[in-house]
Amino acid sequence: MISVEQEYQGMVDAYEKAGGARSALLSTDAARLVIHRNKVLSANEVKGIRLETKETATGVNLYFLVEEGTRILHPVHLCFGILPKEGLQEIILKVNAQDNSEVHVIAHCLFPNAVKVIHKMDADIELGNNAKFDYKETHYHGEFGGIEVIPKAKVKVGKGGVWQSTFALSQGLVGKLDYDFEVFCQDRAVAELVVKVYGKGSDDIKVWEKIHLNGVGARGLAKSRLVLSDKAKAEVRGETYGNAPYARGHVDCIELVNGTEAVARAIPIVSVTNDKAKVTHEAAIGSIDRKQVETLMARGLDETEAVDVIVRGILR
Amino acid sequence: MLIVENLQLRLNGNSIIKDLSLHVNKGEIHGVLGENGTGKTTIAYLIMGVNNYKPTAGRILFEGQDIADLSVSQRAKRGITLAWQEPARVEGLSVRDYLKLSGNNFGIEQAKHYLRMVGMEPKQYLDRYIDNTLSGGERKRIELASVLAMRPKLAILDEPDSGIDIVALPLILNGIVEMNRQGSSVLLITHSEKMAEIAHRVSILCAGKIIRTGAAAETSLWFKDNCRTCLHINEPVEEDEKL
Repeated sequence: MISVEQEYQGMVDAYEKAGGARSALLSTDAARLVIHRNKVLSANEVKGIRLETKETATGVNLYFLVEEGTRILHPVHLCFGILPKEGLQEIILKVNAQDNSEVHVIAHCLFPNAVKVIHKMDADIELGNNAKFDYKETHYHGEFGGIEVIPKAKVKVGKGGVWQSTFALSQGLVGKLDYDFEVFCQDRAVAELVVKVYGKGSDDIKVWEKIHLNGVGARGLAKSRLVLSDKAKAEVRGETYGNAPYARGHVDCIELVNGTEAVARAIPIVSVTNDKAKVTHEAAIGSIDRKQVETLMARGLDETEAVDVIVRGILR
Repeated sequence: MLIVENLQLRLNGNSIIKDLSLHVNKGEIHGVLGENGTGKTTIAYLIMGVNNYKPTAGRILFEGQDIADLSVSQRAKRGITLAWQEPARVEGLSVRDYLKLSGNNFGIEQAKHYLRMVGMEPKQYLDRYIDNTLSGGERKRIELASVLAMRPKLAILDEPDSGIDIVALPLILNGIVEMNRQGSSVLLITHSEKMAEIAHRVSILCAGKIIRTGAAAETSLWFKDNCRTCLHINEPVEEDEKL
């Protein structure tokens, strides 16, 4: 039987391996939350931030409140994970960032030993007028590939609000990923969805980014960068809907295939229902650009080193 | 240092490089002057070994060793590098990291020094990515800074002046001269006789063949007087071949 202290120590170790700073989980100046499977191991609130949790049989329900006008100096750190080989974690997340608030959230999802693990997140996120929410989620998976990750979110952004999210999964095998984020923007609101994934082995990746530009002057960017090696396969859907005057949106998808057995698909959908809106897209699927590789080789890098630099760059 | 002997390249049944011979001496800036379509970039690619170009015949000797079968990396490790006419952009790779990739373990101050040598303010550029947010001219200057940072034995510069504005051009010229002072030999590929003036010697390329080699000033003048007004459209006449 593993004690809570051992679980916490294991999570902190995995967090550090994934690039997180150990001190961030110990600081009392920053809000934080560490959840292992369905147990809240550590929590800290700061003025203007409330993190209410309720443990369930399979995970944790989390209510995240950023109070009106709160501008958080230090990023909020969230840490989710399962350390054993098997397990299920369901996070039901409700976020309310009230008017004129501003917060930066750094989330780490840690599954270093996963052989048969499912991690689900269902998020319902609401940003008030002029609220700014910057959410960066980095995954650290082991080398077994036995994991299923299903992050789903619906985000409503109030007038003049800004939602920025980055989902990065480039360490370890992805396993099975089914990412589905949908954002609804009111007047002058901004949404930026960025997904960066490195698929290897027999990883199976589905990415679905949807942005509805429903307010006057709303702006959106759905960006994805995927690199696929071995027998990995990926399908990326980037959808942007311009439904209001002066709405501006862009879908930007690049998938690089390294090798002959990986498979990449991109399905950009751009739709406009207002004659003053404009939505554009670019999608490129192909092998790693030979000229880029040779440019780096001409500086003395071996071919594999050059490819590695290019892959790391695109996933940065 | 570099001896190219009777080099030939045929692509899709067309003769692109025809029995080309060229010597670049150690410590020399050697200009290759030619109009568009004469094969200047092809020579650069053949010497560096990029773009899957392999000579159909002939030899490329670097410091006495035939390098035609070496990979791009192996050639670079022997001290050859290339600055492309249109440098690649690499998303997510910062200018700082690109300069460090050159293989010399230098600190931030040296990276700044090389950027200043090509007229770029380090504070403005070090942390930028070499992606499509940089203009073609900016990218070219960064390419030159990276060659300076590498301190190669032989730098092949393919049209280093193209796309460079008139204010930055003297900095590029100074950068090339400084590169040479640092100890690099330079194969300076250009269509500009003005650019070729900084070379010690110049060879004139016409239709995949070197038709004349000599001192920079007089050879550049010959190029200006003959090649600029040439009517035989990239086909060297017998008289030229004898020169």
